[in-house]
Amino acid sequence: MATTFIQPEFKVEIDYDKCHKCGRCVQQCGWGVYDFNGRPIPDDSKCRACHRCVTFCPAHCITIKRNELVFRDSENWSPSLRKAVWQQSESGGVMLTSMGNDKPYQRIFDHLVLDACQVTNPSIDPLREPMELRTFIGCKPDKVEVEPNDEGGFRLKSGTGMENNIELATPLMFGGMSYGSVSLNVHKSLAMAASRLGITMNTGEGGLHADLYPYTDNVIVQCASGRFGVSADYLNRGVAIEIKVGQGAKPGIGGHLPGEKINREVSTTRMIPQGTDALSPAPHHDIYSIADLRQLIYSLKVASGNKPVGVKIAAVHNVAAIASGIVRAGADYVYLDGFKGGTGAAPQVIRDHVGIPIEIAIAVVDQRLRDEGIRNRASIIAAGSIRSSADMAKAIALGADAVAIGSAALIALGCHVCQSCHTGCCSWGITTQKPELTRRIDPEWGAERLVNLVNAWSHELQEILGALGVNAVESLRGSRERLRSLGLDEQTSQILGVKAAGL
Amino acid sequence: MGKETNPMATAGPIEGYLKVEPEVTVDGDTVTLDARGVYYRNLNAAVRAAFAEGAKTVNLRNVNGQRYIGNGVSGAGLRIEIDGVPGNDLAMFMDGPTVVVRGNAQDGVGNTMNAGTVYVHGDAGDVLGYGMRGGKVFVHGDVGYRVGIHMKAYENLVPIMCCGGKARDFFGEYMAGGVLVLLGHHTQFESQPLVGGFCGSGMHGGVIFLRGEVEPWQVGKECGIFTAGEEDMKTLRPVVEEWCSEFGEDPSAVMSGRFTKLVPVSHRPYGKLYTNM
Repeated sequence: MATTFIQPEFKVEIDYDKCHKCGRCVQQCGWGVYDFNGRPIPDDSKCRACHRCVTFCPAHCITIKRNELVFRDSENWSPSLRKAVWQQSESGGVMLTSMGNDKPYQRIFDHLVLDACQVTNPSIDPLREPMELRTFIGCKPDKVEVEPNDEGGFRLKSGTGMENNIELATPLMFGGMSYGSVSLNVHKSLAMAASRLGITMNTGEGGLHADLYPYTDNVIVQCASGRFGVSADYLNRGVAIEIKVGQGAKPGIGGHLPGEKINREVSTTRMIPQGTDALSPAPHHDIYSIADLRQLIYSLKVASGNKPVGVKIAAVHNVAAIASGIVRAGADYVYLDGFKGGTGAAPQVIRDHVGIPIEIAIAVVDQRLRDEGIRNRASIIAAGSIRSSADMAKAIALGADAVAIGSAALIALGCHVCQSCHTGCCSWGITTQKPELTRRIDPEWGAERLVNLVNAWSHELQEILGALGVNAVESLRGSRERLRSLGLDEQTSQILGVKAAGL
Repeated sequence: MGKETNPMATAGPIEGYLKVEPEVTVDGDTVTLDARGVYYRNLNAAVRAAFAEGAKTVNLRNVNGQRYIGNGVSGAGLRIEIDGVPGNDLAMFMDGPTVVVRGNAQDGVGNTMNAGTVYVHGDAGDVLGYGMRGGKVFVHGDVGYRVGIHMKAYENLVPIMCCGGKARDFFGEYMAGGVLVLLGHHTQFESQPLVGGFCGSGMHGGVIFLRGEVEPWQVGKECGIFTAGEEDMKTLRPVVEEWCSEFGEDPSAVMSGRFTKLVPVSHRPYGKLYTNM
């Protein structure tokens, strides 16, 4: 019998006439694709199409192609479904994957278009006129109270409720990705970039490494069900605390960081033994209700000297009611993670089939909080596949205060979305703890790329605002009148609160 | 609890909390706060202020459900003595102090605690020591559900929890480290089993000692069931002795019982669950 029915997904083709026989591909590949016997010999079955070898080949002689094996056509039994059945019948295992949902669901952002000013109202040129992107995350007071300042103007009266806000220079944060799922150099890159940009990075559930202490004014620390690395000191270091209840890629699922990824440094940061699995339970076992959530929110506030506390949930069917409960429980922000959000490891069946799109979640949560008169009590952060400044602008127009990016930030650092983070062999040195791979990311280089990306998106957002004829992102927030739908069904448009193009 | 020492007997009906400062009495480095009717935030701020001003011991009188007492407080020599019933999340994130409760405690005692000791001279509720990674929790009597859940050890930090009565389901669930002891000695549920179902389910580190027998159905499939041997008694003895000395029990009577030991069969219970795409 054949040991496996599964044939390689990709073909590694090397033009040996051009090949320098330098062996760099052998050295670069994290998956062990190449043997070297006078020249590199690839094993196609190990290739993940991450393009590390392609990028670093000095002769440009490597091409990765799809292994175009023809199956008899069946729209019902796609080749990938046939392969999955073979793999599971060979192993008996749960299919594990990573990054975000890759199935061809409708991408609502791609069916929304933005407005612009023409003739009857002037657009604004952000290159020459002020364009405010500053965003405050947290509870806003029910009414504005002002007092005279010393310069003949007015300022917000102190103690009226704005003190506990997180200031972002642009309406974007880096989403939670734990040290353990990503490397320390990635964490450093994110922290340095957040610090330079005046935004925040988020520790994820993996503790805060001491190397990040200089940047903690721009770090949100996460408290998730495994409570890894969570101590009074940790809670006091960050600028805010985030209770992670759920994640868009795996709603309702806990985390299992495999023992191989728990090396000495990860162990120290998480405060757990080396080599054992780090299991995050599916729920927080001290949260079984909104009342319990309120208890944890206020416990964290007591432990941290009243820092803002946010709550991250996956976008699921009943998200509006859940978010309402979260706001009533006292959260300063609600972080909604859509079903296309990324992960370092998730069962494929959950990643691809559970949860709802972020666009829908933003719209229904924003509307629900407005209807209940509590929208000012908490900010909405939208994540779960924000891929561009256009997605950012549309998310804000639908009602988000800010967006968070994870996958996009990793792509800036070299990620090629090969969806193999869970293997721990990332050739780009991102989702691995192997020292020979993690050193491929220099934090200074990483921070610069992230700063470039966020600055570029911010400029683009300013251009969009200028075209809309507004001079502050605040004026776009929840302004669904500036969106139109194109090719969405009537009910979806109605739920989004967006008119069809032409109306 | 004897009738004469039960603060609830004299506390009267709950009248609601007031956002007022508690009445403070200072005697050297001991500060006494009257918590009657005081809102939890004011009470906890007063406890922190007392320690900040150099107090070594803070006595809390007439405590009636105020939450988060000792939350995030650090300092090894500090002591909080509580008369009454503290509210949920007592000693959460605590790092060093000793807390003595002369009464029952509610849910979440020692939640995510780092170091220090909690003695509860009564019964306690659910989810004790969740994610606790150091320090000790001793309960004289019975405890509720999910006690000792996800306790974990780290280097020289080994959390210890000893409950003197009986426990409900999910005792030591997800346990990743530390020592969790259930004595079944001081209980108001004589006719009930020592522990509920799913004891140690998902366990992947640490050790559970149960004074008595358990049926296999009560124990998670990730645990091996053994009879505690001589080496185990060396681990157990100081824990039991501390429990006895605090609560006035006879160590020889407690140690004479037969102990069952539960340990995980694997540090990686789910290592073979997955197949990589």
